[in-house]
Amino acid sequence: MNERALQQFQNILGKEHVKNSTAQLLAYSYDATANFQRMPEVVLSPESAQQIIEILHVCNTFNIPIIPRGSGTNLAAGTVPYAGGAVLLFNRMNRVIEFDQENLTITVQPGMISEDLCKFVESHGLFYPPDPSSMKISTIGGNVSENSGGLRGLKYGVTKDYVKGLQVVLANGQLLKTGGKLAKDVAGYDLTSLLVGAEGTLGIITEITLKLIPLPTKKMTSVAYFHSLEDAARTVSQIIASKIIPVTLEFLDQKTIVAVEQFMKIGLPTDVEAMLVFEQDGDETIVMKDINEMTRIAKENGAFITQLAKDEIEAEKIKTARRVALSALSKLRPTTILEDATVPRSALAEMVRRINKIAERNNVNIATFGHAGDGNLHPTCLTDVRDHEEMERVEQAFAEIFEAALDLGGTITGEHGIGEMKAPYLEWKVGESGIQLMKGIKAVFDPNNIINPGKIFAKETKKRVMLHV
Amino acid sequence: MSKTGLMQQSFEHHVSDDLLLDCMRCGFCLPSCPTYLHMGQDETQSPRGRIALMRAVRDGFIEWDSSIERSFDLCLGCRACEPACPAGVQYGTLIEQTREAIQSLKTPGIVEKTARKIAFDHLFVEQKKMGKAVSLVKVYQKSGLQKAVRKIGFLNLFPKHMKSMEAALPPVEKPVATLRKVHTSPLKVAFFTGCLMDTLYKETNGKTIALLEMLGIEVTIPDGQKCCGALHGHSGELARGLKNIEQNIEVFDSDDFDYIVNNAGGCGAFLKEYEKHLSTEKGQRFSQKTIDISSVLIKGGLLDWLQALPKREVKAVVTYQDSCHLRNVNGVITEPRAILNNLPGIVYKELPKADMCCGSAGIYNLLQPELAGEILKTKMYHVKEINPAIIVTANPGCLLQMQAGIHLENLQQNMQAMHIVDLVYSIIKENE
Ligand SMILES: Cc1cc2nc3c(=O)[nH]c(=O)nc-3n(C[C@H](O)[C@H](O)[C@H](O)COP(=O)(O)OP(=O)(O)OC[C@H]3O[C@@H](n4cnc5c(N)ncnc54)[C@H](O)[C@@H]3O)c2cc1C
Ligand code: SF4
Ligand code: SF4
Repeated sequence: MNERALQQFQNILGKEHVKNSTAQLLAYSYDATANFQRMPEVVLSPESAQQIIEILHVCNTFNIPIIPRGSGTNLAAGTVPYAGGAVLLFNRMNRVIEFDQENLTITVQPGMISEDLCKFVESHGLFYPPDPSSMKISTIGGNVSENSGGLRGLKYGVTKDYVKGLQVVLANGQLLKTGGKLAKDVAGYDLTSLLVGAEGTLGIITEITLKLIPLPTKKMTSVAYFHSLEDAARTVSQIIASKIIPVTLEFLDQKTIVAVEQFMKIGLPTDVEAMLVFEQDGDETIVMKDINEMTRIAKENGAFITQLAKDEIEAEKIKTARRVALSALSKLRPTTILEDATVPRSALAEMVRRINKIAERNNVNIATFGHAGDGNLHPTCLTDVRDHEEMERVEQAFAEIFEAALDLGGTITGEHGIGEMKAPYLEWKVGESGIQLMKGIKAVFDPNNIINPGKIFAKETKKRVMLHV
Repeated sequence: MSKTGLMQQSFEHHVSDDLLLDCMRCGFCLPSCPTYLHMGQDETQSPRGRIALMRAVRDGFIEWDSSIERSFDLCLGCRACEPACPAGVQYGTLIEQTREAIQSLKTPGIVEKTARKIAFDHLFVEQKKMGKAVSLVKVYQKSGLQKAVRKIGFLNLFPKHMKSMEAALPPVEKPVATLRKVHTSPLKVAFFTGCLMDTLYKETNGKTIALLEMLGIEVTIPDGQKCCGALHGHSGELARGLKNIEQNIEVFDSDDFDYIVNNAGGCGAFLKEYEKHLSTEKGQRFSQKTIDISSVLIKGGLLDWLQALPKREVKAVVTYQDSCHLRNVNGVITEPRAILNNLPGIVYKELPKADMCCGSAGIYNLLQPELAGEILKTKMYHVKEINPAIIVTANPGCLLQMQAGIHLENLQQNMQAMHIVDLVYSIIKENE
C-alpha cells in the first residue's frame, strides 16, 4: 500500500482504526463463499459518513479500490477483494439513529446486526419482517446491499419492500440522500431501489430508514410429508391458489431430510420424497383457519403425515429440521456450496427433478431445500475443494442448474446476489442490453471504478450450456 | 528454512486439514466469541478468523509473523464458539493443535522456560508439589514474602493481576464435618480430586465428598491420580500431559464405580475428552464415565430431597456464572441451575450473559492480563445489574476470577463468590 495513502487514512481515522498486520489482512480476505480468497492491502473502520467521504477522496487520489464489508456472510464472494485495496468496515457504525413510532420507521447505521434490529423493534411491539437465515450475524447494511430475503418473504416481501430511504456516500465523495419517511414520494428516478441490492458497487450506504409494521399476535406451525415431489408442489400451488398467503412455506427434499435425520435423530421419516413446513401468523382466528385449510389441502394432495405444533416448543422442533438443513448437509463432505436458483412456484417439482438429473449426469452430490412458497430453491452441493477434477464437474452442474432455472422462467439468484461468483452468468439472465445498461449506470456512479470493482460484471460471460432435459 | 516454512511444516504436521475444512466460514460463531466482542468486533480475534489463519499458515498462503501468533495467544479457549457453530467445527481441538504446532518450534526465554518446566513437569503433575507451592502462596499471604514466592518461577507467570488474585485466595482450610445421611442412592463413584481443587480448595473437596455421602453415594478416591493435563493441553504441551492422561485412565479403570466425579469444570471437560487423546477402550470408558458434581448430585436424588424440605424465608439473591468448559464442552447447563433453584432460603436470579467467559480461562488471566481484565469488567457490569449476595461458580479458575472481580469493584462487603458445592453444603448444614 502506498505509504502516503496509508498516512492519510491514519490521519482521518486514527492509527488504531487502520489495520494492516498480516493477521488482520488475512482475516478480511474471504467471506462465506467457498473457494474465494484474496488479500486486501488495508482494513479501515470509520465511525461516520464524514470519515467515509474523506476516505473516498484518498481512494480517488491514489486509485485504491474500496470494498464495503458488513459481516462477510454473503455467498457470492461480494466482499472478497478483487485486486487488493481497502476493506471498509461498519463495526463502529451500528447505532439506531432515530426510532420514529409515530411514522413507524427506524433509521439505523449500516453496521447494526439484523437480529438486534428485529429484537429492538419487537420489544416495542413493532415488526421488521425480513429474516435471512444469517440474521444473527449479518448486518442491515449487508442485507440492504444484497436485498436479502428470508423465511417470511412469501407473505411480507424482502428487504427492498422495507427500505424507505438511504444516505449514501458516492464514489466522488458526495453525500446523497434518497427517499425518506414519506408514504408517498415519486420525485424523480427511484434511486433508493437502485441502491438496494447494488452489492456495494454504486455507493457506500451510511444510513438506512426502514418501514416497520405492527407485530402479529399469533403464530402457528405445521408440517406435512409426501411420497412424491409433485404432490408437494401441487400442495404449494393450491395453497396459494386458495388465496392463503402463509408467512412461511418451506421445502426439503429427500436427501436433505435423510441428512437432517442422521444429524439430529429427531424422528423424521426418511422414506419420503419431500417435506413441507408451513406457518401462518396474524390474528388468532385467521391463523387457525388458514393452518387448518393448509393441512386439509396437503392431505387432499397426498400428504400422508401432517402434524400441527401444539405450542411454541413443538413449533420450534418442526422448524429445527429446516433450520439445520445446511449444517446437516455440511457434515457429509468437506466442502459445502449453497446455491440459490429461483423458479416460478408452479415449476417447483420440475426444477427439483431437473436438479437431481443434472447431479446424476455430472456425478456430483446435490441436495435441495428452500423457500417453496416463493420458488427460491437452494441446491446444495457436497464436495471437496481439494479434488480439482470433481470441482470442475460441480461447476458444470451448477451452470446446467442455472440454465434449467432460466429455461423454466426463473433466475440465477433469488437472494444471495451476483458478486464475483455469479458474474459470469449474469448476462444469461439480463441479456447483453441489460449488461450494457447496468455497466452504464455503474460508470455514472463510479467513473474510476473504485467501489467494489470486479463484482457483478465479469471479464467474460460463460457460454450457455443449452441442455434440454 | 525460513520461519514461515518451518511454521508451515509444523502446522502440516500438527493441525488437521480435515478439521479445518469443516469450517464453512459462515460467521455464526462470531457473536459468541468474547475476544471478538471485546476487541471491537475484530475478525482477527474471532473463531472464523483464527481458523482462516490456521488454514493460511498451513497452506503457506501468508508469511508467519507475530500478529498471527498474537491472534492465537489471545484466544481464551473458552469454546463458546463450538455450540454456536452449525457445522460442528471442533475448534477446541484445532486451537490445541495450533498451540502445539507453535510450541514445538519455540525456544522460550529463560523465565518462561523455568515457569513452564515448573508448571508442567512438576506443579501440575503431582498434587504434592502443587500442595507445596500453594502453601508457599499462603506464607506469602501471611508474611508478604514476595521474594520467596517469586522464586518458584511459576509465579513469574502472575503479573499485576496477581494482586487482586492473591487477595482472593481462600483462607487456610478447616476440616469438613460430615452431613447426616438423608438418602440411600445405590450409586458408586470415584472422585477425581484435581490439583488446584485438592490444594487451594481442599475444603471444597471435603464438602463434595460429604454431599455425595449424604445421599448415600459410595465414594472412592483412587490412589496415584494426577493433574488432569488440561493446562498442558491448552498451552501446547500435550506431549508432557499425555503421561498424566495415561496414568489417570489406569488408576480409574475399575468396574467398581458408575461414575468418575469431578468438581472443576475445566478439568471435567478435559477428562471428558481423554478418549480423543487416547482412543483405547479404557480411554473411552473413562470419558463416558466422567461426570460433574451437579449432575451426579441430581442423579443421586438431591432435587427430590430438597423439594421436600420446608420452605424458608428468602435471605439472599444468588446467581451463577457458567464455567465455559462445563457448559460448552460437557453441555452441563441446567443441572447447577436446577440445584440453585431448589435451595431453601435463597432466590436464584439468572446472570445476564452467564454463558460468556469471565476471562479466567485456565492461566489466561495470568498470560493476557489486559484483555482478561476487560472481559472481567464486562462480567462485573452484568453482575452489578442484578447485585447478588453470592456468585456461584463450578470451577476453581472461575471462582478465583469472580473473587478478583468482586475485589476490583470493591464489592466484598456485600458480595462473595462461592463454589456450588460450598454453597449447597453450607445451606444444608445450616438447615440440619
Ligand atoms: C448460513 C447462511 C445463511 C444465509 N441465509 C440467507 C437467507 O436466508 N437470505 C438471504 O438473502 N441471504 C442469506 N445469506 C447470505 C448473506 O447472509 C446475506 O447476503 C447478508 O445480507 C449479508 O450480510 P453481511 O452483513 O454479512 O454483508 P457482507 O457479506 O459483508 O456484504 C454483502 C454485500 O454488501 C456490500 N455491503 C455491505 N455493507 C455495505 C454498506 N454499508 N454499503 C454498501 N455496500 C455494503 C458488500 O460490499 C457486499 O457486496 C446466508 C448466508 C449464510 C452464510
Ligand atoms: S475459544 Fe472462546 S475465545 Fe477462542 S475463538 Fe472460541 S469463542 Fe473465541
Ligand atoms: S460457525 Fe463454525 S462453520 Fe461458521 S465460521 Fe464459525 S467455525 Fe466456521
